Amino acid sequence: MADDTQPTTDGATVTRPTDASAPTGTQNSTTGPAGLVGLEPTPGVAKPDSLMVVDDVLRKFGGMTAVDVKHLEVQRGAITALIGPNGAGKTTFFNLLTGFDVPDNGHWKFDGQPLAGKSAARVARTGAVRTFQLTKALSRLTVLDNMRLAATQHPGENLFTSLFQPLWKKREAEVTEKALEILGRFKLDTKKDDFAGSLSGGQRKLLEMARALMTDPTMIMLDEPMAGVNPALVQSLLGHVQALRDEGMTVLFVEHDMHAVRHISDWVVVMAEGRIVAEGPPEGVMKDQAVVDAYLGAHHDTDLGDDALLDPEVLKRLEAEEEKR
Amino acid sequence: MELTRILTQVLGELIAPTTAAYALAAIGLNLHFGYTGLLNMGQAGFMLLGAYGFAIATIAGLPFFVALLIAIAAGALFALILGVPTLKLRGDYLAIVTISAAEIIRMIGRSTVFNDSTGGSSGLTGNSFKYTFMDLSFLPDGSTQFGPWEYSNNGSNSWWVRLVAWSVVLLAVLLVWLITRSPWGRVLKGIREDEDAVRALGKNVYSYKMQALILGGVAGSVAGVLFVLPRAVQPDSMGRSMTFFIWTILLLGGAATIWGPVVGSMIFFGVYMLLRAGMRVALPDAISSAQIEQIGGMIVGITLMCLVIFRPQGIFGDKKELAFDGR
Repeated sequence: MADDTQPTTDGATVTRPTDASAPTGTQNSTTGPAGLVGLEPTPGVAKPDSLMVVDDVLRKFGGMTAVDVKHLEVQRGAITALIGPNGAGKTTFFNLLTGFDVPDNGHWKFDGQPLAGKSAARVARTGAVRTFQLTKALSRLTVLDNMRLAATQHPGENLFTSLFQPLWKKREAEVTEKALEILGRFKLDTKKDDFAGSLSGGQRKLLEMARALMTDPTMIMLDEPMAGVNPALVQSLLGHVQALRDEGMTVLFVEHDMHAVRHISDWVVVMAEGRIVAEGPPEGVMKDQAVVDAYLGAHHDTDLGDDALLDPEVLKRLEAEEEKR
Repeated sequence: MELTRILTQVLGELIAPTTAAYALAAIGLNLHFGYTGLLNMGQAGFMLLGAYGFAIATIAGLPFFVALLIAIAAGALFALILGVPTLKLRGDYLAIVTISAAEIIRMIGRSTVFNDSTGGSSGLTGNSFKYTFMDLSFLPDGSTQFGPWEYSNNGSNSWWVRLVAWSVVLLAVLLVWLITRSPWGRVLKGIREDEDAVRALGKNVYSYKMQALILGGVAGSVAGVLFVLPRAVQPDSMGRSMTFFIWTILLLGGAATIWGPVVGSMIFFGVYMLLRAGMRVALPDAISSAQIEQIGGMIVGITLMCLVIFRPQGIFGDKKELAFDGR
């Protein structure tokens, strides 16, 4: 955490969204993390400045409903975490939003543009760029080429102009400069000529995030950025995510690591069995009964060795409770 | 003096028009497999289609360059037809579709239905379609010797055919070098590594794969024209074994390298000739000449297997690139 460009990563002085000194303080109170203060913590609550609005997205795999999201808004300029137990449909929901999977029903807008039915590449071009749970570093390309590949508006990527280097040389130089700058920020600049396949798991996560930044996204969507990363690097990753928010980028991320979620997110959305069961600021949402139920089961405090369970009366009551839920 | 004769034959193979044709086909396959990761198992189909396109157009009375354009268009169209349904699917489907499509082309060619155009299984004789090409020659009549190589200036097995064939190969090498060092080539390599990652960065993966398939297919169809210029169009000589020869050449030289396909083709045909000529001289009584061809084919198969197992990066390939899993 020696990166002096990120004052917010200095453990003790991490900026909370509720903090008056939040970097969005200069803007009006509806934008960024500040806009989330005092919002009703109910599923589907409207945000004052929402970048992404999702309505009635439904995805079924055979008879199983993987995702059934009625309404969700993602605040611009804030870090929104999407959490939930295994199999809650978080990654499927991510795939649907980014065009990697097609929902059975539903529509959603990003920055005012409808995205439903658009291909993954077109979604990325509107400014919503994602990373993957299992990192997709392009192994047999160098780290620098991984970065340059992500550049947008590159004339050299057209077959006919690619033949004539003078037509794309200038853009290539710009792209390389930008790539080196971002790599420097992520401390990968010394690795620039190595094949991406030779990087460690954590470095690949960093590279994937850095590569996504090359596209100048409006919103960056991270699928489990901390999974498989060693604890020392987690801290640095969290710092990078927060720095992105402080630069005005919107971050939506799926995560299992509760510590990470509590530490950096401005807003938490909880999914269970494909639905959004709760949302709210990180401090409050963890205590929400629906969240506790989703993670631990409604009867987590019931002792399974309790003889009372053998009583058909008690069992019937518990089953009835389960039905009602 | 047997040794000198064998050596002359081997050296002859190095610059033979057939070697050039295979090199060009392997350059096309290199664009597919080496750079983009597309498994084209029907490169011979592209070649056969190019050969038919060129020969039939010439027989119909069209000038050389128009006939060549028709061959190119046939390759491009074939790639388009194969690519539209398969490139949206994951990798292996293209392999299945290309191998069957190439067989379909060959079967249609040798069937009696289009006997008037394709000549059925006996094919189209060389003299019926090569006069436009031979007429273009600016070389004087007679023959010329360069070191161990002596050929007539004009005709089927001539310097003219060699000159044109290798010029086309060099042009293709130059083109491949230009496009693969560019950002366009970088996108192709990205697709080879992981197409979803490239898609997530906003690139139209389908379009890039289609461009690569068409370019490589056109290289294949022009290679088909080069292949038939010194001989006849014979559908059965351009079947699956031709595809496997091209694969062997590509893997021998090294996929995703610029010179790999060219050097691979030279080594392949040089060694292939050395084996056959050597066996003929060394074992004239033990093996009949027909069997020598068969044994040669078997050795090619074994070479392909050994290459993939022991040196998958080929002669030019970078060992470092294979140090980690491609995924």
